[in-house]
Amino acid sequence: MQFAARADTSAELADTFPKLLIQNAEILRGRPAMRHKDLGIWQTWTWDAVFEEVRALSVGIAELGLARGDKVAIVGTNRPRLYWAMCAVQALGAVPVPIYADSVADEMAYVLDHAEVTIAVAEDQEQVDKITSISDRLTRLTHILYDEPRGLRDYDHGRLQWITDVQARGRAKLAAGGAAAVWLASVERGKGSDLAVILYTSGTTGRPKGVMLTFDNLIVSARNGNLFDDLGRDEEIIAYLPLAWIGDHVFSYAQSYTAGFCVNCPETPETVVEDRREIGTTYAFAPPRIYENLLTLTMVRMADAGALKRRMFDYFIGVARQWGEKILDRERVPLFARVLYGLGELLVYGPLKNRYGLGRIRVAYTAGEAIGPEIFRFYRALGINLKQLYGQTEASVYITAQPDGEIYADTVGTPNIGVEVRIADSGEVQFRSPGVFIGYFKDPERTSETKTDDGWVRTGDAGLLDERTGHLRIIDRAKDVGRLDDGTLFAPKYIENKLKFYPNIKEAVAFGDKRDFVTVMLNIDLVAVGSWAERNNVVYGNYQELACHPLVYDMVEAHVREVNQSLAGDRALVGAQIRRFLILPKELDADDGELTRTMKVRRGLIGERYAPFVRALYDGATQATIATEVTFEDGRKGVINARVAIRDIGPPAAMEKAA
Amino acid sequence: MDVAAGEAILSVENVSLAFGGVKALSDVSFDIRKGEIRAIIGPNGAGKTSMLNVINGFYQPQHGRIAFKGKQRSQMRPYEAARGGIARTFQNVALFRGMTALDNILAGRSLAMHANFFWQLLRYGPALSEEVAHRKRVEEIIDFLEIAHIRKVQVGRLPYGLQKRVELGRALAMEPDLLLLDEPMAGMNLEEKEDMSRFVLDVNNQFGTTIALIEHDMGVVMDLSDRVVVLDYGRRIADGTPEQVKRDQAVIDAYLGVAH
Repeated sequence: MQFAARADTSAELADTFPKLLIQNAEILRGRPAMRHKDLGIWQTWTWDAVFEEVRALSVGIAELGLARGDKVAIVGTNRPRLYWAMCAVQALGAVPVPIYADSVADEMAYVLDHAEVTIAVAEDQEQVDKITSISDRLTRLTHILYDEPRGLRDYDHGRLQWITDVQARGRAKLAAGGAAAVWLASVERGKGSDLAVILYTSGTTGRPKGVMLTFDNLIVSARNGNLFDDLGRDEEIIAYLPLAWIGDHVFSYAQSYTAGFCVNCPETPETVVEDRREIGTTYAFAPPRIYENLLTLTMVRMADAGALKRRMFDYFIGVARQWGEKILDRERVPLFARVLYGLGELLVYGPLKNRYGLGRIRVAYTAGEAIGPEIFRFYRALGINLKQLYGQTEASVYITAQPDGEIYADTVGTPNIGVEVRIADSGEVQFRSPGVFIGYFKDPERTSETKTDDGWVRTGDAGLLDERTGHLRIIDRAKDVGRLDDGTLFAPKYIENKLKFYPNIKEAVAFGDKRDFVTVMLNIDLVAVGSWAERNNVVYGNYQELACHPLVYDMVEAHVREVNQSLAGDRALVGAQIRRFLILPKELDADDGELTRTMKVRRGLIGERYAPFVRALYDGATQATIATEVTFEDGRKGVINARVAIRDIGPPAAMEKAA
Repeated sequence: MDVAAGEAILSVENVSLAFGGVKALSDVSFDIRKGEIRAIIGPNGAGKTSMLNVINGFYQPQHGRIAFKGKQRSQMRPYEAARGGIARTFQNVALFRGMTALDNILAGRSLAMHANFFWQLLRYGPALSEEVAHRKRVEEIIDFLEIAHIRKVQVGRLPYGLQKRVELGRALAMEPDLLLLDEPMAGMNLEEKEDMSRFVLDVNNQFGTTIALIEHDMGVVMDLSDRVVVLDYGRRIADGTPEQVKRDQAVIDAYLGVAH
């Protein structure tokens, strides 16, 4: 079997990450494990070097006093030392708790307190300041370690320590002898069934939940994932997604340790595209938003390009759309098409993929949200093996994924290796797998709500299994699916996603449950619409002015009408067409609690905050005013006063025909 | 940092400057102490930029004396000031717009480059090893100012806030003893101002660079500076800590009070 042939050379016996690291340091000695771009140059650590770093850090941390089972927060962006800290902590039998780096202090205080964190490993001054500002609420916290010393020189170093100093003490202790054996014994005490990590999910409602995953959960899931996509030690990935997100934890940590591939940390969060291009990643993972942004940026740039280039681009993209996916799926394609596609590869696709940093890509995943079929096909047409994946923190990522060659834009694929999926009578998708979490930390109530007695997990998503292909299709969050007054099915996310597939529309929030008809509130995309405004001499000062512009309303109205048309084609949804819409005067923001940290809209909260708008959408008014609170980056609050117009689409003809 | 007792790195004594009949500065005296952040404020046309230009050697005052690092001088040219350890940024950004951010900052190192023209032309031998050393320093500045993502972007294409940051980078590349900032936050939004304030403080804190800055935003001035000198119609009307200056009646009359 393939598994045996390729399988991670690492022995099957290693059942924790520290043990895997020790093995990798032997077997993969001299091979790159991690890179970080620093001062413009890629610095590389081999597996044996990472082992030395982790062990030194681990011994240093042990000196600070850390008992088995203690929790250690990891706060920051993707930097080698933060990943090492996870393994260093696990080697001591303690549990890392990665935290979203962009959380505001209050959110962070909740998680740090709830997780009973005793040591926090922070990236830089910003994070240290945040933790210090809430330290009176964190009675258990004894030490804060930091990675980037800038600006921290004059801080009180009572309980604040530079990671490098901690490592130095660890090295000194190791050099003195004896410490290595003690450390090894501590690693040996760890077993696969131990708690490996707690990941807090941002959740669209309520307080974050701490998902507890064991080493077995993560390592078995990661190995199955490696097998599914034939991942080996030669892969190169770039780590740029939040450490606190299960996706990054599995792709940049669990899979790297099990498959033995190299993880590249970008220079800064802003340089990811450039850094990815330099590395040439072979395995990639991104939420649809990233692909949307790349495509929007490409289209905006092309609109500004010279006529010749634009025509060449348009022509070859046409060729790609016709033949690209067929070639990727190894179907039979006429010779002339292959030649034409080859020419396109040389002139357009190749350079474009190189720009995206996807020139060497073997497998690219999109997950977290539905991706627009147009966007999805665009990348596949270029020859990028983009696939959809459906996963959850509670599943250690993998529930379903599209196998190579079986790609349908509207499904999320077949169950992964070792995963069983069933659809409950309520329409809810449920699964059972080796990756199923132990429970939510200190929350047996919500754990039992989510896990059934026989070990199945309720995903909270409504979906159906495609009879023809056996692939899973996700419609919406089960609890969000509602009904209009006349009984028509109302799947808000389905409508929102259709709208968001237009580059001009960044966010959409649909209303309609227990109402007469469907309405939406929209956010325009400042890059796309801004570029359009520039080309059409539309003058605007800020987001609000642009959003209120009548021409922008006209453009968006055309999009809404098209969405209505596509809804009219679906028997179940024909009554759920959009009657009225407005464009919000402010961008929805996670800092205001309107989006989750993973950028999903919080429909209920938005409905409350913009209650005057919702009222106006349903009482026939042509405009509405509101005073809404915004949070600035520094945490201060301000108020935006705004008046917006409401557009009436009216009952569309197609609906009457269908009725 | 305790600068109250620090020695003066620059002292200005009874300086007067006139353009024809217009008196830009009359009889101004103050000093800048080693390691401090010194603000020069005043209403429009108070003579702030003229003062900076005098310190910088760009204008020659008709009267008065200036001593920098203990050395008296009457006549000095800007390049001499640069060589002596004074760097500056400008009110309206003055960068090489067609060059990348990296090259602009590297240009700030030109005074420290010693390889002769011949080697530089060939980019070989001493010129190459020198460039590598300078590039390292420049990369540290890029890292410091968090502009890695625009390293290879033409400066003319950057938004204003980032251009300002590149300009600060070029000034820092000179590793100056005294850094003159002419309205570093002008035209910035709140977020950019906060970023820039943090950089100014970090430069002062980390490199121990003495900084003299002209700024309109009172919040910024009061937060950043150790001492403030206030000019009005070319005359010094107050000098002291931000708290002292804030309470000074002459300042309130001339500037802060009448603004509303």
